[in-house]
Amino acid sequence: MLAFAIRRLGQSLFVLVVMSFLVFLGVYAIGNPIELLVNPQADAVERARATAALGLDRPMLEQYAVFLSRAAHGDLGRSFVFNVPAIQLILEKLPATLELAFAAMVMAIAIGIPLGLVAGLKPHTWIGRTIMAGSILGFSLPTFWVGLVLIMVFSVQLGWLPPNGRGETVMLLGVPVSFLTWDGLRHLAMPALNLALFKLSLLIRLTRASTREAVLQDYVKFARAKGLSPQRVIGVHVLKNILIPIVTVIGLELGSVIAFAIITESIFAWPGSGKLLIDSINQLDRPVIVAYLLVIVTIFIAINFIVDVLYSVLDPRVRLGAVAAH
Amino acid sequence: MTQQVRPGKGAPGTLLEVEGLRTHFFTKAGVIKAVDDVSFRVERGRILGLVGESGSGKSMTGYSILGLVDPPGRIVSGRIALNGTDITRLDAAAWRKLRGNRIAMIFQDPMMTLNPVLRIDTQMVEAVLAHHAVSRDAALARCREALSRVGIPSPDERLRAYPHEFSGGMRQRVAIAIALLNQPDVIIADEPTTALDVTIQGQILFEVQKLCRETGAGMIWISHDLAVISGLADDVCVMYAGRIVESGTVAEILERPMHPYTRGLLDSVPSRNTPGRPLAQIPGMTPSLLKLGNACAFRERCPRAIDSCAVAPAARDLAAGRMLRCVNPVA
Amino acid sequence: MSIAVETPQEPAAPAAREQPLWRRFAAEFAESRLALVGLAMLVVVVTIALTAPWISPQNPYDLAQLDVMDSKLPPGENSSTTGKPYWLGTDDQGRDMLSGIFYGLRISLVVGVTSTVIALAIGLALGLAAAYFGGKTDAIIMRIADIQLSFPAILIALVLLAVLGQGVDKIIVALVTVQWAYYARTVRSAALVERQKEYIEAARVLALSRPRIVLRHLLPNCLPPLIVVATVQVAHAIQLEAALSFLGLGLPITEPSIGLLISNGFQYLLSGKYWISFYPGVALLATIVAINLVADQLRDILNPRLKK
Repeated sequence: MLAFAIRRLGQSLFVLVVMSFLVFLGVYAIGNPIELLVNPQADAVERARATAALGLDRPMLEQYAVFLSRAAHGDLGRSFVFNVPAIQLILEKLPATLELAFAAMVMAIAIGIPLGLVAGLKPHTWIGRTIMAGSILGFSLPTFWVGLVLIMVFSVQLGWLPPNGRGETVMLLGVPVSFLTWDGLRHLAMPALNLALFKLSLLIRLTRASTREAVLQDYVKFARAKGLSPQRVIGVHVLKNILIPIVTVIGLELGSVIAFAIITESIFAWPGSGKLLIDSINQLDRPVIVAYLLVIVTIFIAINFIVDVLYSVLDPRVRLGAVAAH
Repeated sequence: MTQQVRPGKGAPGTLLEVEGLRTHFFTKAGVIKAVDDVSFRVERGRILGLVGESGSGKSMTGYSILGLVDPPGRIVSGRIALNGTDITRLDAAAWRKLRGNRIAMIFQDPMMTLNPVLRIDTQMVEAVLAHHAVSRDAALARCREALSRVGIPSPDERLRAYPHEFSGGMRQRVAIAIALLNQPDVIIADEPTTALDVTIQGQILFEVQKLCRETGAGMIWISHDLAVISGLADDVCVMYAGRIVESGTVAEILERPMHPYTRGLLDSVPSRNTPGRPLAQIPGMTPSLLKLGNACAFRERCPRAIDSCAVAPAARDLAAGRMLRCVNPVA
Repeated sequence: MSIAVETPQEPAAPAAREQPLWRRFAAEFAESRLALVGLAMLVVVVTIALTAPWISPQNPYDLAQLDVMDSKLPPGENSSTTGKPYWLGTDDQGRDMLSGIFYGLRISLVVGVTSTVIALAIGLALGLAAAYFGGKTDAIIMRIADIQLSFPAILIALVLLAVLGQGVDKIIVALVTVQWAYYARTVRSAALVERQKEYIEAARVLALSRPRIVLRHLLPNCLPPLIVVATVQVAHAIQLEAALSFLGLGLPITEPSIGLLISNGFQYLLSGKYWISFYPGVALLATIVAINLVADQLRDILNPRLKK
């Protein structure tokens, strides 16, 4: 198990390095880098100075090496717009994004898995079919449009929930979180639901498919033959089997949720890193874009790695792997 | 531990009586009469063999007794009396209380029937706790005892293991142990040795026979292998296309088979054939259960078919425990 | 909660009559009423997209036809110039929403389908190459595909557009980049399965030229899963393009897709003028749902494992 983990760790680091090189290429090498890195309003003298200071007259590989070493120390340049280190900006906004992403994921799991179970156990009843039809609707809905509709209904028409912004925050382990306050929850509700919708549908379909397959297995028949209650058969025997692939998918989708949060943050003016990214793109604040990409890439690789390890932990067949039968 | 009141061990008694059982499947393509008018008795301490080809309805008979027939199938008519009580009249919850408790089942492939992601002790303890309100430790003690009984050494280690860590023979012993946990009156074994090596098969057969005699349970052993049945069972029912075509004690059936199908089955056992000559076979194939019609189901393949076979013969009781469904028998 | 299960039908089905392949295909497809509804909707959408210039009451990009006095009218109000009703209202520039939606659907479909076709071609070529040549070629191509697939499409697209700028061609490049890996992977899996089959070995032994083996043998068997993936991907491409346009990074203002229409209307939402964003969204939704319904049924039909 340890060997497996170390190997995966090595692979992850490799991917991280490759991605950093791609980001570097993309931003620093395309076009005239000086245009990208220096404030567009700078004049010729400043440009010359910046070129030398930024080492842009050096060979590419040397530049990359400098970039890497700076990055390793957390120096990814300064934002043009805010004139603070880019990495600092990103890290400030990250908790808000992560909070939104986790809330959405929790919603998707809490609603999606039970609904998927029901749809899988009773596929040809009206409730099973309704759930499936609903799930098709769920991932066909354009996220941003749903967000608008939510605002339309809950903010404009009914006036129940605030249409934008993040609520009051309190400090939890040194990080500001908003889900512990009532005001925070009111602000979190719609964006989280909006973000959760797509994953919810995915989870319903996945759970349904796994359940349908699982119920046909012999071990379910055997469990019933033992006289176990239906609750136990489904809740323990079936669930434990289908959870393994589902957990893997959830882990992998977490990264995607963080990415899709970009759209939700724009609609609901949620002050997270996604909104920051869009604003930076529109304002040509390249260092922030670079910083964002690197942070996200790192998060992704970390998530993939953790999911891989988690999978081997959950499935006893994988974990005990080579133990031979006697 | 609570025990049900029942006749003392050793005293003769009919544990299970099946009368006129019909289990039909209502599919889009038509009605499949998987079990059609099946009747037999299971006596205390005796093993009843249900023999037939695949599709003859033998497994479905077992499931019907257990109440595990799923839509589009259901028990259409008939009586299943366990210790005198007709269980077909019970509601689902009451039937569930009997499953794994008074009637237990052992399946064919233990790798598929044991849940691969749960430990053995989990799967055994839950079988006890589903029917008895005892502590987990008491349940574990019972499990240990059951495992020793089926010949599994160092049960504590085994209990904490997962199914895939065992060999096929070991897994089947675990499945048998689970069946024995609540001291059932009737055990239904559905081809439990088919998936095992021949040597292991022999061991399991021996132990099952021993356990049956010891505990006084009645057993139904379902198999397509007449050789196994002849070595193991006391009574035999031969099934074809959902019906019992002949039944009696093993001795009677082996010495004097009366139904042409039984005769054909016996003749095709290799050890009964002369070396060097072609093996005897029953020509043709089992008919599709959808297209049975009114004639005797074996008619197409029967060497003794006559005109009266155009009407499916009724079951005739020849003597106590001897039944035949044929108008032109062999003997 | 009962867990009684419907056992799969076991009786032998009546022998399939000999019918032309496409007939059987059509019959199987028609088994699902939902899929038929989806197909019908899809036909409507495609027709609208193709005939938009002729069926729209107004050309929303012809400034001469717009009357800014008519801006932000709710659905049903009449035009002050022509007297004809604006069925779905107007936006802030006086554009008829219905026409805007028709033209928007046209653009969205064109971009979606074009990018899918190109991505399919690239993915097909690379996937076949990877499967056929194996070894290093396979490893390299699949590594790249895997790394790319482990990142969400929207992120890659955003970054590409940030670097490349705006424009229809740039959007198509971004969409193609995001999609090719799906096709490559699908094709490669299917081709690998085929490659191991004996008839390919026979073809090789007969020294048939490589392109011939690939084109005439491997290719046709990769088509079913490819069709399913392609259909779903068109929906994804359309959704992605709409999202990017909504964020302001997609198609330029001169060719407003549905996403841009929706984002235009966003600012008026809070003052109750919902129709500017709402109806374009409904049109987009209908399109995506239609595609997904059809794709679902296609997947069920073409999946050999579900065939009983």
